[in-house]
Amino acid sequence: MSNDSNQNAGEAGEILLEMRDVRIEGWSDEKWNPIIKGVDLTLRRGEILGLIGESGAGKSTLGLSGMGFTQPGCRITGGSIVFDGVDLVTATETEKRALWGSRVTYVAQSAAASFNPAHRLIDQTVEATVSHGIQSENLAKDDARILYASLSLPDPETIGKRYPHQVSGGQLQRVMTAMAMSSRPDLIVFDEPTTALDVTTQVEVLLSMRKIVEEFNTAAIYITHDLAVVAQMADTIKVLRYGQEVEEAPAREMLESPKEDYTKSLWSVRALHKETQPSDDIVLSIDGVDAAYGRGLKVLHNVNIQVPRGRTVSIVGESGSGKSTTARVITGLLPPMSGQVTFNGEALPPELKGRSKDQLRRIQMIYQMADTAMNPRQTVGEIIGRPLEFYHGLSGKAKEQRVLELLEMIELDESFYDRLPSEMSGGQKQRICIARALAAEPEVIICDEVTSALDQIVQEGILKLLMKLQEKHGITYLFITHDIATVEAISDEIVVMYMGEVVEQGSKDQILTAPFPEYTELLLSSVPEMDPDWLTKLAEKRGQEA
Amino acid sequence: MTDTNSYSAAAEVASTITRRTRWERARITLKKAPLTAWFGMIVIACYVFVAVFAQWLAPYGEADSSFAAYAPWGDGHVFGTDQIGRDVFSRLIYGAQNTVGIAFITTILSFFIGGSLGLVASIDQGWIDQLLSRFVDILMAIPSLIFALMLLTVFGSSAWSLILIIAVLDSTRVFRITRSVAVNVAVMDYVEAARLRGEGLGWVMRREILPNIMPPLVAEFGLRFCFVFLTIASLSFLGAGLQPPTADWGSMVRDFAGLLQFAAFDLKAGLTPLLPAGCIALLTVAVNYVVDWFLHLTSGLKD
Repeated sequence: MSNDSNQNAGEAGEILLEMRDVRIEGWSDEKWNPIIKGVDLTLRRGEILGLIGESGAGKSTLGLSGMGFTQPGCRITGGSIVFDGVDLVTATETEKRALWGSRVTYVAQSAAASFNPAHRLIDQTVEATVSHGIQSENLAKDDARILYASLSLPDPETIGKRYPHQVSGGQLQRVMTAMAMSSRPDLIVFDEPTTALDVTTQVEVLLSMRKIVEEFNTAAIYITHDLAVVAQMADTIKVLRYGQEVEEAPAREMLESPKEDYTKSLWSVRALHKETQPSDDIVLSIDGVDAAYGRGLKVLHNVNIQVPRGRTVSIVGESGSGKSTTARVITGLLPPMSGQVTFNGEALPPELKGRSKDQLRRIQMIYQMADTAMNPRQTVGEIIGRPLEFYHGLSGKAKEQRVLELLEMIELDESFYDRLPSEMSGGQKQRICIARALAAEPEVIICDEVTSALDQIVQEGILKLLMKLQEKHGITYLFITHDIATVEAISDEIVVMYMGEVVEQGSKDQILTAPFPEYTELLLSSVPEMDPDWLTKLAEKRGQEA
Repeated sequence: MTDTNSYSAAAEVASTITRRTRWERARITLKKAPLTAWFGMIVIACYVFVAVFAQWLAPYGEADSSFAAYAPWGDGHVFGTDQIGRDVFSRLIYGAQNTVGIAFITTILSFFIGGSLGLVASIDQGWIDQLLSRFVDILMAIPSLIFALMLLTVFGSSAWSLILIIAVLDSTRVFRITRSVAVNVAVMDYVEAARLRGEGLGWVMRREILPNIMPPLVAEFGLRFCFVFLTIASLSFLGAGLQPPTADWGSMVRDFAGLLQFAAFDLKAGLTPLLPAGCIALLTVAVNYVVDWFLHLTSGLKD
């Protein structure tokens, strides 16, 4: 409705999907709770609408309801969803089934979990098209190969013969896009399709998705929490929060002049910045470390990293670059084949078993998935209390008192003391993990992708908290991440890793200013920017270079 | 909800969750239990009551054979007397104590052995795991009833050798299930976090892994209890289980089996062998109802 510019030629302008005052409820805690509280949405043919918001904003629920689908435990309680003249709220299951997989298709976040591991890719790509009788199997397969080619998949002729585990995550996501495109739908719903991918892979997937959607003039709903990504894809952006619309505007307008404060907060991490402070006091030093898993492939090659006391060193690189393996070597979970880790001037025993309680206490770790890093059967009091009891011998009242102090330090109140992990949000869980690490009173905390599973606004809170704690207690962070915005926000020094080797180490200003080594350049240029033309420019630039 | 700038982590979901202690959670779960589960729990409670207070509940002694043999039902003996003149009703009550008690101790023991070894194997995942798993494979390759019969012949049919032999043979199954569920938990980050903290094997086993595999183990406990119970009954039926004059339901079925053919002449006498069999069947059904409910519950962590 706000989008009356000339987006697409041909049938563009014709309204494909119209949702009016949609209300959806979900069943939890023994009652129906509103998830979507009256949202309007209009989508024209050939238009891409970006739905953005933090988790729990209802963006996936709304996106799926555009297909007339609700997740189990949800129900549509009001409004109308008209897809090309058919009201999906009142449509029967059979009517909706005829639409799904033929005229409306879906691309899920986790491609790996969405494919059947027992069937070949091409059979799964054409399955819906064939079962809906749109095309014969052979024609559909020929067409799938053409789609693979236009999605720039390697070996488009033969890649379909492979099984899901034989291709990479980025490739699988593109095969899924081909699957969605196979029936030439009028509408595709993309649900966070690149969230699980590395930045370098994300660029390729985004480019091919955009190309194919434009090529066939398909309308799309693109759901994501990353504003920079949606800016590349969408014509119009709709911001959701608490199941309500915050604002809707054409992409450019939204980025240049967001009206609501909440919209601005969506890229708040990008606004964080830390002044680099040099330091020569090395607390942790990794010298000439080689490491391998079992007798298998060597994953670290002569890694040297110096970590100055009271500073933040970020290790960046894509998955498989050896970032987390480096952390495992430091913690003693994976003894190195050669080289050593020096802590406070003395060599650390390579194996966990050989280290003293005090050595263990001084290096703590925070994990990426706070969900799996906390025992689901232990309460917050038990989780934070254990290191206090184990390292400092606290018990009873003294322990409880200290736990409450720690809760205060991480900006949570005492009502959390008896909670189980399942009763907290992602950001709160990560805070508890920080408190558990703090309870040991460590010198170094290794943060393994601690913010990558969180929303922007929650990320900002966590990063601010970490910085505050560093200022107050002089803790050293070794921050493992693939997100350059986070690196920019918190680091003093940066280590760039690629294929198990350190490409570069230096102060933040030094690393983030040109000239860059080749890999650093690729990594930095792949980070989506808040510029709707960024992807186009990048594609042109890389196209010229190639 | 309207302020967008001041972000507070505590406010995020704090409003929607009410604090509940573990007892409250348990109470809520119990309140929602289906009828079948209640039936099962009540029946089990009755069995436990009878087993514990057998000495006071039974009208006559366990081995008191001072009555006429094969007395009919009624007449001071509710279910008559057996071939050497012992009161059947009293022996049924004592049977609860012996059979249920022994089955319970055996199951506990087999869970202790199989469970702890399974946990060790799942954490180690090296040569200890290999050694234990292959040993268990060998034990499981031999039909357990025949193996138990053989061992009982070697060691004699005392109550304790019965308990030990069945517990060890049954612990192989417990080992398998414990290991397979614990392996999935042992790779979780919180287990790694505990090891990084420097926690010993005992803590990791008891505090980090065990609470997370309890639901399938408790469900398995119910099933294994039934199987142990049936094994004891079958061994007794074969004559290798509990020895007379100890009353137990398995040997009672065997002793009365001959009475079945008189059902045409005296229905009540014909029913006598079905009484101990019925006791076994009822308990098995009750335990399974409770186990089914428990399995259903474990699909989610929250109440």
